Amino acid sequence: MTTQPRIRIPKFAKKGEVIQIRTLMSHVMESGQRKDASGKVIPRNIINRFSCSFNGRPVLACQIEPAIAANPYFEFSARVEESGTFQFTWAADDGSVISASEKIVVR
Amino acid sequence: MTDLTRRKFTGLASASLAAAATPLFAPAVLGQAKAKPKLVVLGGGPGGATVARYVNREAAGAIEVTMIEPIRQFTTCFFSNIYVGGYRSLQSITHSYDKVRKEGVRIVAERASAIDRDKKQVMVGKQVIPYDRLVIAPGIDLKWDSVPGYSEAASQTMPHAWKPGAQTQLLVKRLNALNDGALIVMIAPPNPYRCPPGPYERVSMFAHVLKAKGHRKSKIVVLDPKPNFSKQALFVEGWQKHYPGMVEWQDPKVHGGIKGVNPKTNEVMTDLANYKAQLVNVIPAQTAGQIALKADLADKSGFCPIDPANMRSKMDANIYVVGDACIPGEMPKSAFSANSQAKVAAMMIRGELAGAKTFPARYSNTCWSLIETDDNVKIGGAYEAQDGIIKASSTFVSKPGEPADIRKQNYRESIDWYNGIVADMFG
Repeated sequence: MTTQPRIRIPKFAKKGEVIQIRTLMSHVMESGQRKDASGKVIPRNIINRFSCSFNGRPVLACQIEPAIAANPYFEFSARVEESGTFQFTWAADDGSVISASEKIVVR
Repeated sequence: MTDLTRRKFTGLASASLAAAATPLFAPAVLGQAKAKPKLVVLGGGPGGATVARYVNREAAGAIEVTMIEPIRQFTTCFFSNIYVGGYRSLQSITHSYDKVRKEGVRIVAERASAIDRDKKQVMVGKQVIPYDRLVIAPGIDLKWDSVPGYSEAASQTMPHAWKPGAQTQLLVKRLNALNDGALIVMIAPPNPYRCPPGPYERVSMFAHVLKAKGHRKSKIVVLDPKPNFSKQALFVEGWQKHYPGMVEWQDPKVHGGIKGVNPKTNEVMTDLANYKAQLVNVIPAQTAGQIALKADLADKSGFCPIDPANMRSKMDANIYVVGDACIPGEMPKSAFSANSQAKVAAMMIRGELAGAKTFPARYSNTCWSLIETDDNVKIGGAYEAQDGIIKASSTFVSKPGEPADIRKQNYRESIDWYNGIVADMFG
């Protein structure tokens, strides 16, 4: 059960400025440790990898483990030297990949 | 309602007294030998109704008790979430004061407009009700502007349902009309507020209703001005267990600040994102009931400081403040707390007005929250006066991962408590 990710980055920045990036992804993050009412283990289903790139160059990538709570939230910073596009991807255990992008103008 | 400040009211009242009413007031002024001491109770909720009944019953006619409460059929705020979840009818949480009246409490079913502390009287419309001791139990009022764009008018489209009755009915009507895929946004209140676990029990009840209808695509986003909340670990565990993927709670770091609401479009704006919701439940910041503020019984916090040893107002020795309007130290603002504080106040008032024996104040509280059918968690404690506040002497809280039978037992306990407290309030 996922919805569109929510991303907050500034629309404009100065050359060389360090900007804050905040992302929130709705996801159940089923740990694989819980059991259902009949005692069966509920299969693991988490977002296992989150990555961010800028104009094709990696900014951040991380592997996510089952201890991360539902609806993973990432906040990080990046230095921007040029206008371009941030690309974000969330990859889940069930094989689904959610992508989003945000543009920034350096002036 | 007449909107008089205390100062203006004093002026008006003295003028009318001087002009016409001297003979009428003379006996009280002179101190008639047989005149009974008068207790006036402002508010008929878990604090007020309990004080009124306890003093009336235990003083056995030695104290004249008047209770001012404009609501004739009182719907309890506690257990209103259980109504939201569809477990109870509104009627089953609505009660009349018939028995209270029959027991001998004089009930004035109108709204008090002002308190004249110097003259020791309460103004109810044109009626003047004198007191020897006054108990203030007006509950809370809402700070409408604590959420930009919100207002009393907006509550008709974005219900708060934090005062019982019509608002709760509106919320339930809107909840039950939602289709699968609907988005509910709740704006939770900042501390201090009525019923600390209440917003999160309500979220659980929303989720219960959506799940019961098979609405798997619906979502509930909770925007919280607080970094954490009451029984958080228990609620988060329960949401994951019963409603996986449905509830998204955001702390202030995540949403980055609640910018406002637009009641016309049902939109909620935060720093992180904007939401177009099908149901928005705004629970604004709170203060003590307006009448307490107008009578200068509150401090800068918007609530009324009390002496923890007896619930007497720190602003006025003739006035007691119980329930949500007071500053209860480490106790939460709950019906259980109000009822417990009311019993202490009732004892102290009988001590003052009828010479009854008094004992050191002991308070207690339990807050039960229903997460899903038969899955009920609780938190509570025992309290006493210490270091100038009401302080916890012992506390308890449910544990994550508890067996189902304990949680079910909690639920039964909560129903027994409900039956007990409404019997305490309404007879």
